[in-house]
Amino acid sequence: MNPNIMQLCGAKRLGYFGRSQFYIALKLVAVAQSGFPLRVESINTVKDLPLPRFVASKNEQESRHAASYSSDSENQGSYSGVIPPPPGRGQVKKGSISHDTVQPRTSADQQEPASPVVSPQQSPPASPHTWRKHNRHPSGGNSERPLAGPGPFWAPFGEAQSGSSAGDAVWSGHSPPPPQENWVSFADTPPTSTLLTMHPASVQDQTTVRTVASATTANEIRRQSSSYDDPWKITDEQRQYYVNQFKTIQPDLNGFIPGSAAKEFFTKSKLPILELSHIWELSDFDKDGALTLDEFCAAFHLVVARKNGYDLPEKLPESLMPKLIDLEDTADVGDQPGEVGYSGSPAEAPPSKSPSMPSLNQTWPELNQSSEQWETFSERSSSSQTLTQFDSNIAPADPDTAIVHPVPIRMTPSKIHMQEMELKRTGSDHTNPTSPLLVKTSDLSEENKINSSVKFASGNTVADGYSSSDSFTSDPEQIGNNVTRQRSHSGTSPDNTAPPPPPPRPQPSHSRSSSLDMNRTFSVTTGQQQAGVVAQPPAVPPRPQPSQAPGPVVHRPVDADGLITHTSTSPQQIPEQPNFADFSQFEVFAASNVNEEQDDEAEKHPEVLPVEKASDPASSLRVAKTDSKMEEKTAASAPANVSKGTTPLAPPPKPVRRRLKSEDELRPEVDEHTQKTGVLAAVLASQPSIPRSVGKDKKAIQASIRRNKETNTVLARLNSELQQQLKDVLEERISLEVQLEQLRPFSHL
Amino acid sequence: MAVCVAVIAKENYPLYIRSVPTESELKFHYMVHTSLDVVDEKISAMGKALVDQRELYLGLLYPTEDYKVSVFPNQLCRYGYVTNSKVKFVMVVDSSNTALRDNEIRSMFRKLHNSYTDVMCNPFYNPGDRIQSRAFDSMVTSMMVQVC
Repeated sequence: MNPNIMQLCGAKRLGYFGRSQFYIALKLVAVAQSGFPLRVESINTVKDLPLPRFVASKNEQESRHAASYSSDSENQGSYSGVIPPPPGRGQVKKGSISHDTVQPRTSADQQEPASPVVSPQQSPPASPHTWRKHNRHPSGGNSERPLAGPGPFWAPFGEAQSGSSAGDAVWSGHSPPPPQENWVSFADTPPTSTLLTMHPASVQDQTTVRTVASATTANEIRRQSSSYDDPWKITDEQRQYYVNQFKTIQPDLNGFIPGSAAKEFFTKSKLPILELSHIWELSDFDKDGALTLDEFCAAFHLVVARKNGYDLPEKLPESLMPKLIDLEDTADVGDQPGEVGYSGSPAEAPPSKSPSMPSLNQTWPELNQSSEQWETFSERSSSSQTLTQFDSNIAPADPDTAIVHPVPIRMTPSKIHMQEMELKRTGSDHTNPTSPLLVKTSDLSEENKINSSVKFASGNTVADGYSSSDSFTSDPEQIGNNVTRQRSHSGTSPDNTAPPPPPPRPQPSHSRSSSLDMNRTFSVTTGQQQAGVVAQPPAVPPRPQPSQAPGPVVHRPVDADGLITHTSTSPQQIPEQPNFADFSQFEVFAASNVNEEQDDEAEKHPEVLPVEKASDPASSLRVAKTDSKMEEKTAASAPANVSKGTTPLAPPPKPVRRRLKSEDELRPEVDEHTQKTGVLAAVLASQPSIPRSVGKDKKAIQASIRRNKETNTVLARLNSELQQQLKDVLEERISLEVQLEQLRPFSHL
Repeated sequence: MAVCVAVIAKENYPLYIRSVPTESELKFHYMVHTSLDVVDEKISAMGKALVDQRELYLGLLYPTEDYKVSVFPNQLCRYGYVTNSKVKFVMVVDSSNTALRDNEIRSMFRKLHNSYTDVMCNPFYNPGDRIQSRAFDSMVTSMMVQVC
């Protein structure tokens, strides 16, 4: 930009920067900074150019120039529009300038600059304030405007000027070096380059002129600079102004400005949307789409800075960070010439000389960098208090922390589950309660997983599948197991963690009974009557020997029930009153059998029936109504019995289902049983004849009894084996179902 | 490392597309374009409301293909990801260098999604505009292949 400006203003032509050229250059700078195309005509046509934003190097130079300008401006009729600060505000500026010039180095001038220099920002509230470094007039005619011309421009000019008296003895007094140093260091684009150096002596403080279209806060920002503010620092006046603006939008200072309102507000500043977008990205620290007071101030500050020609930084300067908004030395402003004139002392102002430097709001990146080492003002120190306040805001400062707010969701369900599980569960409880809670704020995915697991658990409690609702003991354990399993991503045999109780059952009673059964089953595995009612509750295990039958019978069916989730109601009854139920069942069965077969052999029927039933349960289990294999295996002998057994047997479907599955599992074992079935068949085959022979004589009865006993033992053995297989199958089923649940996409989101 | 990252709007026009500048970018654009069909196919096949992030991730869209070996010496895989608002992210990765695991791809998509959300949150961004956010750019750059 500089070369263009130079070219435009004809300096090149002349080979030096004459006053007029300089004025033109400054005006062009302002034009450029305002975003208008750089053309000579624009100078004159655009009257409302904001004052060019120059990083004031030290006031000295500025003052020097200002003085020169001011003096020249008066004479520059043609440049009436060009007030020393190029984009002329017109009269006002001129007047002010002249005023300034008239009163060089009069502190009175201090007041002037502020208002006249107001850059003609249109919309009041939004219009960013053009912060202008205000040369303290002490330097005399420093046009308040930040006369920071392009660094290179300034430097030569400054030097030239320094030589010339612009009538400032004071200035001359100030050694050029300090400002020049600054300038040189800042040699930059106009916006960023010059720093107004303030005459220490004359300049009391650099005031940043803040153009405030709004009538609210003071236009002038006079900042008694505390010295080395970094370019992005917000002065008190600025901050106050921002706060007031914030209030106009959002009365509650602790509240938020929604994005849409902020958009409207900042759109008034007439910055390009892209830049506003970038400013938003920088200032919305917590990425919530709304601006807190600090964020708003930061955004406003950036807008003002931009308006004044400062480039936007790539990252938010520290001083603008929500918690540090006031008085922080900006870590590094990067490249932006902060438009927002921070009243920070123009960085480089000779420290020694500018204790009272008016705060030059314009700070330039270089300044910032150098200012880092500067002392912090008392204000800054006071800001530390604010720091602490805002720290909490910033806590989730890391925008990458996707989870700033703990996901509240699962707590409830997990809690509920927790409670359920705790109520029910024993061992695995501890894992459940803690894990969901702990993972609350962790990954969403994890949460999901846990959610799913928890839900799974809950589903277990509620649903049929795995819900070990039946038994309190079994449920929580089951749930816990499931949850634990899921957590550990181990879909491996759930039974590992599964408590002894069988898989959850639909009815609680079942569970209880099942648990009981399991115990019994385990204890009584061998030598028991077949009690093969694996799947059939009503299939009361045959009761060959009343003494034994009930027990084992009870066991078997109960065991079967326990093992099978599909236990029907009958199993419930049986478990609850095993003995009684069996007996009743036996009797019923016997009665039915008797009715079906031989009435006169009722006596034997009960005996036989138990046997048959013993076989029946096993057979019924197998005989999934469709499984002939099983029939052969088990009941085999008494087809009639089988049928009878099946009829009284309650939920055939369930057992059937189970059986189907177990059948599949057991199919390989079919062969094993074929032999047994053969034996059984043989044994059972003889049974039908038993009833008939019963009536013959006791010998026959005894023989039959013996045979039945043998059959019973055989069947018992078979039953135990089959039950073992069934258990295995069920375990596998459970594990598979768990895996399925795990694999199923979580749909709770 | 990704070789090309593209953000496609709901109406299937690109909101943002950026590739490693070495190879002919047109080919990448073409690949992204062709993968849109696959993405749509997967979307329609998925059925109803897919809210889960796992369902947002579409995975490998198309088996790796290598054009002329000279141009694409590496196997290029394309991965897709769709958001609930039907904004699609397509990423072409160079699988020859590193065997990128699925989780890594997912995490890259997650980062993309997060940055995209941040862009959306900006009130000055009009949905449908090209994404010009510098933060988004820097994030994508960090994911791209480091080409010397």
